[in-house]
Amino acid sequence: MPITDPLEEEVAEETRPPHAGPVPQVVAALVALAVGVAGAIGSFGLGLGELTHPGPGLWPFAISIVIAVLSLTLVVTGRGLQDAERFSKATLLTAAGLVTLILLAALLPLIGFEIPSLLLVCVWLRWLGKESWRSSIVISIVTVAAFYLLFVLLLQVPLPRLI
Amino acid sequence: MDISPILDGFGIVLEPSNLIYCLIGVIVGMLIGVLPGLGPGATIAILLPITYGIGPVSAIIMLAGIFYGAQYGGTITSVLLRLPGEASSVVTVFDGFALARKGKAGTALGIAAIGSFIGGTVSILGLTLLAPIVAGFALDFGPPEYAALGVLGVLLISSIGNGNKLKAIIAAAVGLLIATVGRDTFTGAERFTFGSLNLAEGIDFIPIAMGLFGLSEILYNLEERHNQVHAPAKVGNVWPSRKDLGQAKGAIGRGSLIGFLLGVLPGGGATLSSLAAYAFEKRRAKQPERFGKGAVEGVAAPETANNAAATSSFIPLLTLGIPANATMALIFGALLIQGIQPGPQLVTEHPDVFWGVINSMYIGNILLLIMSIPMVGVFVKILRVRPAILAPITVLITLLGAYTVRNQVYDIFLVIGFGLLGYLMKKLGFEPGPLVLAFVLGPMIENSSRQSLLIFGGDPTGFFTRPISGTVLALVLVVALWPLISKAVRRKPAPVPAGPPADPPVEPPVEEKTP
Repeated sequence: MPITDPLEEEVAEETRPPHAGPVPQVVAALVALAVGVAGAIGSFGLGLGELTHPGPGLWPFAISIVIAVLSLTLVVTGRGLQDAERFSKATLLTAAGLVTLILLAALLPLIGFEIPSLLLVCVWLRWLGKESWRSSIVISIVTVAAFYLLFVLLLQVPLPRLI
Repeated sequence: MDISPILDGFGIVLEPSNLIYCLIGVIVGMLIGVLPGLGPGATIAILLPITYGIGPVSAIIMLAGIFYGAQYGGTITSVLLRLPGEASSVVTVFDGFALARKGKAGTALGIAAIGSFIGGTVSILGLTLLAPIVAGFALDFGPPEYAALGVLGVLLISSIGNGNKLKAIIAAAVGLLIATVGRDTFTGAERFTFGSLNLAEGIDFIPIAMGLFGLSEILYNLEERHNQVHAPAKVGNVWPSRKDLGQAKGAIGRGSLIGFLLGVLPGGGATLSSLAAYAFEKRRAKQPERFGKGAVEGVAAPETANNAAATSSFIPLLTLGIPANATMALIFGALLIQGIQPGPQLVTEHPDVFWGVINSMYIGNILLLIMSIPMVGVFVKILRVRPAILAPITVLITLLGAYTVRNQVYDIFLVIGFGLLGYLMKKLGFEPGPLVLAFVLGPMIENSSRQSLLIFGGDPTGFFTRPISGTVLALVLVVALWPLISKAVRRKPAPVPAGPPADPPVEPPVEEKTP
């Protein structure tokens, strides 16, 4: 739906960083191609059966072929596309956010949800959100307390916990 | 037509608990509409675990309320901040913000709220009348018809959405492939499980939806996209004058119709219909140059249309069991979680769900009208909440919510994995919507086509010789080949010498479409 309006372009510009260029485009298409090829090999191994008696591999095999063919087309034709965003310094924020999520999931069964949650909220506020120390600490304590109240006391969900 | 189930439906809605879930739904919808960043799809995905604990009628009433409530709330940021809270309010920005700059922000919000209410209500009436008829017609559908409809739905949603079509179809196909993980229902063979017990049960819908829609959006927003916050414009009198109403009347009527029709189409939905309604008003206006400078119709038409479409997109879901857009795919999933198969038998087997949900929308729209006109000031204040504060709270709700579904840390890791996948997809221009939708429809398409092959004795031409599945598959071919057809048509009139200067002639036809 191309609406060529200067205002919309302006709005769109504000929210999107510069595009990434050909390399990520080709890499993404190659990853999709690899998924298609791996899927095709895997489902061939499951047995395709016949049209009268379709085997477990027939349907995934058909889809994998579609993925592979379309991805190959994308590898060839998609070099000039401008719809990918450049991975910039800001991407590091996302990577850091992701690490905190994995830590929470890993620590949850070991030491309960309170301390990992507190740290996660605090890190997100202070470093990813650039809030002040004071509001980061206050908001994270209030948030975890509210979660404790909601999940543990009200809904009685068996969350792993310290207290 | 027997109207007693409809009246029973009202009885269900008026039960206090359902009224409360309806109220919670529309308030949450309004809030996330106002807050830029998290869309209705992401919110519904994040809240899916809650629906485990409550009954099907209440759960779907609440989720539906979030969906259409967000259409109301999205207007507020478009008008006051020039930041569309939702994709479906992008065009409202043009005239809405221009009106706000003239000091008429209140008028814009008032007209949008009235238009939204009328569009929504017209659409519910249409839904009430049309849905049982479509469902009755579809009762005769067999496996071949469902296989064909499923393929058409996936293809339409991939090709109508914004972004590159090839990428969207690849994403959809990957969704179909992910849906095959686990034990095959026909042969019992384990597919792509790599010996893992967790994978043998298949991949659950909730972590996929929470990761691809919810977490990916939060991770994507972490890259500081919304940090340039303008000071919100002052909201004056929200009640529009008689003159403004007179000017908007026609646009509201036409917007309702356009929204209703486009909402029913798979892949249509709120965003497309708001764009179409705006373009239509601008084209038929006597002074199109007023648009973009504060025309009341420019706010009324898209806001009416996006509400009408949000409502009518329930028709294919409730009558055929085919979700018309990615958000409907989530509601489809929520119904499946409750053990209810959406489809033509829904109206007869679960009239409480069918009519309860439809009728709750009347109530929801009235609640939203109250929240958007007399109480609009409350929501304007919420604009001051910084997204940086909300992000960690939503993340925590997502991760702990995922855990509560089966009390397994494995599910949290799944959500994180799909969140990362969704984030990378967004960065690289792949929409996660088609993947989730195809994942939801995958088992239906596979099972119906395998049943069909058994019915046909292994002869795939049977799909084409049955009248309904044949017609649907012909449509599938048209949609699939459309880019090639339109390219061929476009190339003919402009004989361009071969070589690099082929670029300029591509642009004029694009501009012609959008005057």
